[in-house]
Amino acid sequence: MTGNIATNRTVLVVGGGISGMTAALEAAECGKEVILVEKLPTLGGRTARLYRYFPKMCHPTCGLEINLRRIKGNRKVQVLTMTEVVAVQGRRGDYRVSLRIAPRHVNENCTACGDCAKAVDAEIPDPFEYGLKTTKAAYLPHAMAYPQRYVLDPSIIGTADAEKAQAACKVGAIDVAMAEETVDINVGAVIWATGWKPYDAEKIQPYGYGRFKNVITSLEFERLADPAGPTGGKLLRPSDGKEARNIAFIQCAGSRDENHLRHCSRICCMASLKQTQYVREACPDGSGKSTIYYIDIRAIDRFEDFYQNVQKDPSVSFVKSKVARIAEGEDGNLVLHGVNTEGYHRYAADHDLVVLAVGMEPEAKGIRLPEDIVTDSSGFIEGSKDEGMFGAGAAASPLDVNRATQSATAAALRAIQVIHKTAATETAA
Amino acid sequence: MTTANQPAAYRNDFLKEVEANVEEGHMVKMCMQCGVCAGSCPLGSHWEHSPQKIFMMIRAGKREEVLTSDAMWMCTSCYNCIARCPRKLPITHIMHGLANYAHRLGLAPKGQPTRDFAVMFWNNLTKTGRVNELKLTLGHYFKDGIGAGIKKGLEMKGVGLGLLKAKRLNPMEILGGHKLQDLAGFHAIVAKAREIEDRRRGLSS
Repeated sequence: MTGNIATNRTVLVVGGGISGMTAALEAAECGKEVILVEKLPTLGGRTARLYRYFPKMCHPTCGLEINLRRIKGNRKVQVLTMTEVVAVQGRRGDYRVSLRIAPRHVNENCTACGDCAKAVDAEIPDPFEYGLKTTKAAYLPHAMAYPQRYVLDPSIIGTADAEKAQAACKVGAIDVAMAEETVDINVGAVIWATGWKPYDAEKIQPYGYGRFKNVITSLEFERLADPAGPTGGKLLRPSDGKEARNIAFIQCAGSRDENHLRHCSRICCMASLKQTQYVREACPDGSGKSTIYYIDIRAIDRFEDFYQNVQKDPSVSFVKSKVARIAEGEDGNLVLHGVNTEGYHRYAADHDLVVLAVGMEPEAKGIRLPEDIVTDSSGFIEGSKDEGMFGAGAAASPLDVNRATQSATAAALRAIQVIHKTAATETAA
Repeated sequence: MTTANQPAAYRNDFLKEVEANVEEGHMVKMCMQCGVCAGSCPLGSHWEHSPQKIFMMIRAGKREEVLTSDAMWMCTSCYNCIARCPRKLPITHIMHGLANYAHRLGLAPKGQPTRDFAVMFWNNLTKTGRVNELKLTLGHYFKDGIGAGIKKGLEMKGVGLGLLKAKRLNPMEILGGHKLQDLAGFHAIVAKAREIEDRRRGLSS
């Protein structure tokens, strides 16, 4: 890492999801030096874990591939994975940033052959699959991981498993002695593209997430629908592995709620509308049924036509109601209790799987941001007082992928302006 | 601004009336009709109108229907709705506020058991400044006549004797019971409080 040459004409991008990659590339393709840091072992963020995008129902792998190609082909972007920002000092045009790089225990010799994974016995909950399945403790984060390099879970370091992995590696890529590093770099502007995290569904006590096996989050449902996911694309419910046929989607699970998240997370309505189409496709015989429980459907912007098409779909029904509570039956089925506010009908509806459309919370809520950063009442990053740091994508506002990339491009432009001003001042001096 | 020429559907006179006269009435307009209060209410199926429906009726100007309803009298103050309301509406308080307002206007349903008991409790309490539990219980038992009262009393005999044994029930209370020392002062306080509240609400006592 000593090869890092960053100056105050460098842009630092924190977070390697779709927003961070976009911001980094936009700045780099304008000729700026960029350092892109990512906490996890791979780029891609939450976008990589989606099965499909709305409204075109295309696969995220496509957009990711384009961005990864751009990164591979651009010498101006330096990617640091497993790296976190620990401190930011200084001001606009002249920041000094401390980075902590966690040991990957696998160096650049790795060819991603997978021999280490075969040799290792220990298994860990697969972080990419939200723990829905386990993976070997020597693993490739996912098929499109960048860098395409294995990683050793810290839990096996110092055990026989680590030695087995090292012995199995034919190219000498495994380095169990690799230690944590701290490096300081100079940068002129910082883009915080730290993204979002799903709201902790266990806090929504009446819905029983964490107590009832067949209550899952919308993100877990994405993994179930993905043919590369833990169930091979079958919508198998967690309690008994039966195929789910009668699925409830509960909107505003955490969002628009003073007891949880104050804001509307914006994407969840479209996400659930999209997921009803997974159900339809998974049951070609027409036996799949989706029911959306909602306060009101917010198909943002131009997506109203997508909503109208789903409304026409006979496999989907809509109940205008915020579900009051969920009870679990003996067969693992779930009974949803509430009142349909269209006509004020009380219901106790039986479903075999419940998907909570969980709200978006800024990931940055869990990390210590520089004091200069200004956030809104929900913790989304608005920028910094000295106007040298910017929020991008879902770190700045609850946004879908499309809008996140727009936001990231805007942040890149503002960072470039800071670099230009710095350069002009330095030349004048 | 509401004018006489405005179509009835757009008038929000009743919402304004509620905001001015009902405890926490200003929060009624915050309801977003999600229905979680109705679904959370343990007595939900026994109500004529659920809370979010009442809030909508207030906004729709259904004054008569709301104030003569017995719905808000059914609230047992379990606070489930307040705990779950995503907009933090103090629903329990509004229900009691509405019930109280309807009672003061004389529109509340006659013979509604909660209302009758509340009146009985208030009269019992304000007489001596102390709740006379024996008289209150007897009053409650005998409200539907002597026969029904004796029947109810016999049903509850075990509980009564138990209380007597545990010295939690004094039979001598029937003679008037314990009371405040300065009873005249207490009555003056209650009268003054009512006068102030009536003035604030623009009601005559």
